[in-house]
Amino acid sequence: MGNIKLTFMPRAAEIKKADGAPAFSKISPDWTWKDYWGEIKCRASSFRMRYSVKPGLYAAGEPDKDSDVFVSANYKLSFDILRRELKGLNAWILALDTKGINVWCAAGKGTFGTNELISRINQTNLQNAVAHRRIIVPQLGAVGVNAKTVTQKTGFRVYFGPVHAKDVPAYIREGYTKTPEMRLVRFNIIDRLVLTPMEINPAMKKFPLFTLIVFLIFGLQGTGILFKDAWEGAMPFLFFGLASVFTGAFLTPLLLPFIPFRSFAVKGWITGIAAIFALVHGMGLSSYESALPLKSAYIFFPFASSYIALQFTGSTTFTGMSGVKKELKIGIPIYLTATAVSLLILIMYKLFQWKII
Amino acid sequence: MKYLADVVTLELSQDKCTGCGRCVDVCPHEVFLIRDKKAVIIDRDRCMECGACANNCEFGALKVDSGVGCAAAIINSMITGGPPSCDCESQSGSCCG
Repeated sequence: MGNIKLTFMPRAAEIKKADGAPAFSKISPDWTWKDYWGEIKCRASSFRMRYSVKPGLYAAGEPDKDSDVFVSANYKLSFDILRRELKGLNAWILALDTKGINVWCAAGKGTFGTNELISRINQTNLQNAVAHRRIIVPQLGAVGVNAKTVTQKTGFRVYFGPVHAKDVPAYIREGYTKTPEMRLVRFNIIDRLVLTPMEINPAMKKFPLFTLIVFLIFGLQGTGILFKDAWEGAMPFLFFGLASVFTGAFLTPLLLPFIPFRSFAVKGWITGIAAIFALVHGMGLSSYESALPLKSAYIFFPFASSYIALQFTGSTTFTGMSGVKKELKIGIPIYLTATAVSLLILIMYKLFQWKII
Repeated sequence: MKYLADVVTLELSQDKCTGCGRCVDVCPHEVFLIRDKKAVIIDRDRCMECGACANNCEFGALKVDSGVGCAAAIINSMITGGPPSCDCESQSGSCCG
């Protein structure tokens, strides 16, 4: 990806820093069309890898010495959502240098972490911007931020605020207490839907290679590669491939709680085999000249869907490392075996075709 | 929604627990409850091993094997032998943004 960083600062006016005086920029709570367009691009592509704001202290509204301090990441989308939710409030935002990654992921990596928070507090002279000694860190930042160490090193007491920025106004109204709902991470159908483009994208990147392999297999003749002959055999396989991406990267994530079993690999296999079955019957392929390619397809494609669905564990809010390791430990040998078996069946098919056996 | 049963590495030492409630405060999946001034795990299978509780327990009462729960990262770590890391994905440009 390189180290290109685009830094956007919506209507920010940097205020000059005198000795010991807090250095901050003023920001607006309102989103421009650029902010909306930025969000769309982040959801759909790797654009999000270079969507950041400058780390530092920001003034939302007209904060003074008694105003709250909210800590955020310097992923611009996280930052934008926070400043939007703070509309009507006067507060400080302390954006940590998380390399443009969101709070939770960055906390997992340690960039949204204890050391960065301590040094950012010191660097911005936060202690001179406010008279109180409390900072509100998003709850999911607790993965990376050790509250006790921050207090020991800076004097600021850490409050773990709500998971979602939209709950911040209610959290303040309730006297800085979270309802149980404010602590919970959910994963509803819309949450899952917005994640699917970034599941489909990487899977489709492998599609040209897959197409090439399919054409080679079906086109290979004793006299060379005949693409005219390849088409009839290859076309159903290309549809099966697209179907596997659709079920693994879109349908399984979307219908996640409604597909039986907890294992993502099993869920992906189920949607995969259902799609292949539907395609075979829908396209009238059951009367294929030879049954062998179909057998090969039934073995390979549901596992392809399964493998793609397993990738979604990295994006959910409830799967843990131990479970994914277990799925892979069982799954990888099965995937490799299934791929080998389906290839062997195709080779047999070719040998029959060439009348070698 | 729950992930696989009986795989979670979360451990709570009742002896060390003082019932301060910080684990309840930081857990995004309501795994803990304070009962009789001690934390109890009410549903281990809900734990996603994020590590927020263990990181913030001042009394060392919690332990969990936390890490990146992403299949691509774990496969990568199996090949390279390192810990699972999101960084493998920065090459393909797709990471949890």
